[in-house]
Amino acid sequence: MEWGSAGAHAWLASRRTARRRNDVDATFTGHPEVAARFPDLHPALDARAAVIEANRCLNCFDAPCMGACPTHIDVPRFIKKIASGNVMGSAKTILEANVLGASCSRVCPVEVLCEGSCVMHGKHEKPIEIGRLQRFAMETFYNAGGKLPLRKREERSERVACIGAGPASLACAAELRQLGLQVTMFDRRALPGGLNTYGVAEYKLRAADSLREVAMVRGLGVEFVKRDIDAAALQELDREFHAVFLGLGLGAMQRLAVEGAMSSSVIDALDFIAGYKTGERLKVAPRVVVVGAGNTAIDAACAAKRLGAQSVTILYRRQRENISAFHFEYEHAVREGVTFRWETLPKAFASTKDGIVLTCVTMAQDAAGMPVPVEGTEFTIECDVVIPAIGQSPLLELLSQARGVALERGRVVIDRATGQTTNPKFFAGGDCVNGGREVVDAVADGKRAALGIAAWLNARREAHVG
Amino acid sequence: MADLTTNFAGGIRCPNPFWLASAPPTNSGEQVMRAFDAGWGGAVWKTIGEPITNVSSRYSSVDWNAQRMMGLNNIELISDRPIEVNLREIAEVKRLYPKHAVIASLMVESKREAWHEMVKRAEGAGADGLELNFGCPHGMSERGMGSAVGQVPEYAQMITEWVKEAARTPVLVKLTPNITDIRVVARAAKRAKADGLSAINTINSITGIDLDTLEPRPNVDGKSSHGGYCGPAVKPIALNMIQQVNSDHVDGPPIPMSGIGGVSTWRDAAEFILMGCGTVQVCTAAMHYGYRIVEDMIDGLSNWMDEKGFVTIEDFRGKSLPKVTEWKHLNLNYRIVAHIDEALCIGCQLCHIACWDGAHQCIHMDRVSGPGGAKGPVDGHVEVHAKPHEAGRERIVVTPIPKLDPPKVHIGSYATSLDRIPRVDETECVGCNLCSLVCPVDKCITMVERPTGLAPETWAERTTSAECATPQTAG
Repeated sequence: MEWGSAGAHAWLASRRTARRRNDVDATFTGHPEVAARFPDLHPALDARAAVIEANRCLNCFDAPCMGACPTHIDVPRFIKKIASGNVMGSAKTILEANVLGASCSRVCPVEVLCEGSCVMHGKHEKPIEIGRLQRFAMETFYNAGGKLPLRKREERSERVACIGAGPASLACAAELRQLGLQVTMFDRRALPGGLNTYGVAEYKLRAADSLREVAMVRGLGVEFVKRDIDAAALQELDREFHAVFLGLGLGAMQRLAVEGAMSSSVIDALDFIAGYKTGERLKVAPRVVVVGAGNTAIDAACAAKRLGAQSVTILYRRQRENISAFHFEYEHAVREGVTFRWETLPKAFASTKDGIVLTCVTMAQDAAGMPVPVEGTEFTIECDVVIPAIGQSPLLELLSQARGVALERGRVVIDRATGQTTNPKFFAGGDCVNGGREVVDAVADGKRAALGIAAWLNARREAHVG
Repeated sequence: MADLTTNFAGGIRCPNPFWLASAPPTNSGEQVMRAFDAGWGGAVWKTIGEPITNVSSRYSSVDWNAQRMMGLNNIELISDRPIEVNLREIAEVKRLYPKHAVIASLMVESKREAWHEMVKRAEGAGADGLELNFGCPHGMSERGMGSAVGQVPEYAQMITEWVKEAARTPVLVKLTPNITDIRVVARAAKRAKADGLSAINTINSITGIDLDTLEPRPNVDGKSSHGGYCGPAVKPIALNMIQQVNSDHVDGPPIPMSGIGGVSTWRDAAEFILMGCGTVQVCTAAMHYGYRIVEDMIDGLSNWMDEKGFVTIEDFRGKSLPKVTEWKHLNLNYRIVAHIDEALCIGCQLCHIACWDGAHQCIHMDRVSGPGGAKGPVDGHVEVHAKPHEAGRERIVVTPIPKLDPPKVHIGSYATSLDRIPRVDETECVGCNLCSLVCPVDKCITMVERPTGLAPETWAERTTSAECATPQTAG
């Protein structure tokens, strides 16, 4: 297809209709019962408390918090704007670096990122509450109806397809629009936002807030299309777009390697979380077992508790110090009343008329420190629901269909600085590249890829002119 | 145990030098008695005169870095209660609290008979002393009273003389800071044989403007008027003016001074006394937190005096006055430089950017890279000096910019990685103090003496010395 041809315009027009059909995100407010059961985990700072906290910031030169943030938000700058009463300016400072500043302020593990690097630790003082200050600025911005300012630039005709509408794609799309490129996002689900909308515990980030952020990106002129991208669709996009960004994340939770695990009483942790966030699952059976001890396992376990489960038990094959969940997440789960059974591996699964009987085995460490089952230690746990949360599988089937895109251990191989894959027309970022990390990592990936795409298109354009 | 009892200006006795200044906290007998119960040594009654009508609102403040009331401004006038009510209450307070000092602050029209009458009535009520309000900068000054008197030495002298004709108790003249040289009115008071001075009254001020309505504060039905500024913000101005007056020997030696201006804690009080004050007067701090603050003022000052071996207030009063001099008498050959304790540094780099942009460009971030780190990471003090012009134009004219993605490895043995710890170029350091002022860590940056080996020499000595008469060959 030629650059900016009539065909492309017709195609865009047809997609505009599709977008109008999929404007559900603008009206989604969440189920009131979910709102009641999952209120904010941390209270917001009020205006005065924010100013006091902002004034506590030393305003470091070459601040380590800024380096510790994958998106390099100018932390002292946005904090001092709160102190001066320029909160809208503060929010724009955040958005300049990180278009998903609101969701990051709620879901970032700040203890290990910005706040973890705060110089206050050096003098044995509480670090500045950067996350809560960022949330204060972003919420003030959204509540005031703030709009992301569009940079002055030339509108360009090149079109980029972003596959997946999660954080990586959103960040990529926003930056591409800021650079003047035309962007269409494709996602298989009814609502855009990816895990921000469907996968984060509601008491941390409400689906409605994620969608507010999506609406802002949409306001930049990004087109959203609900479409499940399969191999054929991928080929179509490859033909019709000038560049493709793969921000499709990971696939379903890995299946438990136990006998009989296909029962309807086994619910994938992400489906379980998405179910209550969209208001479709407001109840859970009394006895719940979650398998795995990552952050998603914790989110699912706490959700089960809040949805009314009498007992929620997390089974983990290794010891407490080996869990992949952050320590504060573990502590939170304990506070919510979740029970942990360490060095426990489910082996077999049987449905009875009273529920499920899960046969488990006790684990021990071998000489190399790897967990191995101890012979003859089998025991049973009775429950009603089993929620596996032992990591997501990569979308190998689809990724292997991307022409010339090399994978390594199920992850897309990219050039770190530009996000470019082994097929120069394809770029990638987020969980499909890093195997599943933080929202802020996905945002950084997406933004870098956008700059990479623009640079690559510029080079091609110049080559055409020359 | 320190003895805080005070005998001020020839006969005003009180259990401690902490007085409430003439202001809202001393508006009524009921208040003053509660203040004495809380521990205040004395109270200067809210200025008595023909009752006025006040406006609302009356106060506005300056917040600073999220702290409330760094400075307070008011447009309230003198007492709005009848003279006889105030005097009756003074008599009641003195009857119940004979050992505490009650000073009547007075302001009447500039007529000899009016002042004579007022003095007699106040003393008749039992006041231990009189304070002449020549300082109120708002409202009353428009009617020829307050600072309208205090800004004209002849008027101040004349009225003080009238008061002295009638007074049997000590007479204090309260000075306004809203004047070019506060000593001029202090001298007028001395010529009129005043027994003491109070300084400073509030400073003319407009605290701020509401950026939504564009109306200045405090707002009285859409308009404002300049007020009198007080509170912590004015303390340095007060200390300077008190030093000027207390070191002035024109028209006689200095007379007793009751220090006023931002006194909030015992530390402030100690400083005012070190600058020669016999008592201190407090208003804003009491308006902010209530009378209870005097407990720590008494306790803190006593503990400090015990620690320093001072038994009475007189033991340290005025001890810092000889340590203030004119600039021309400062030693030009004294040299200090900044020293950074690497073990305490938290790597905020505020000293670096303050020195670079606001001082003398001698604190560098080059322990690991650049001139300082040319021979490998610099751990501890290494004096590496590169003349600015040798460092290259870019390094001189470009304000440093923050770096992203700093090295992830920890360099050196300190808690903070060496690449984040600044280094002082002592050759260029002028010893200005700025870095030590901005450093958020106690004792991390100290200013250490680097003896020049030269005999002390002041500017006065240099400009009057024989060498100065002939051109110097080197400087």
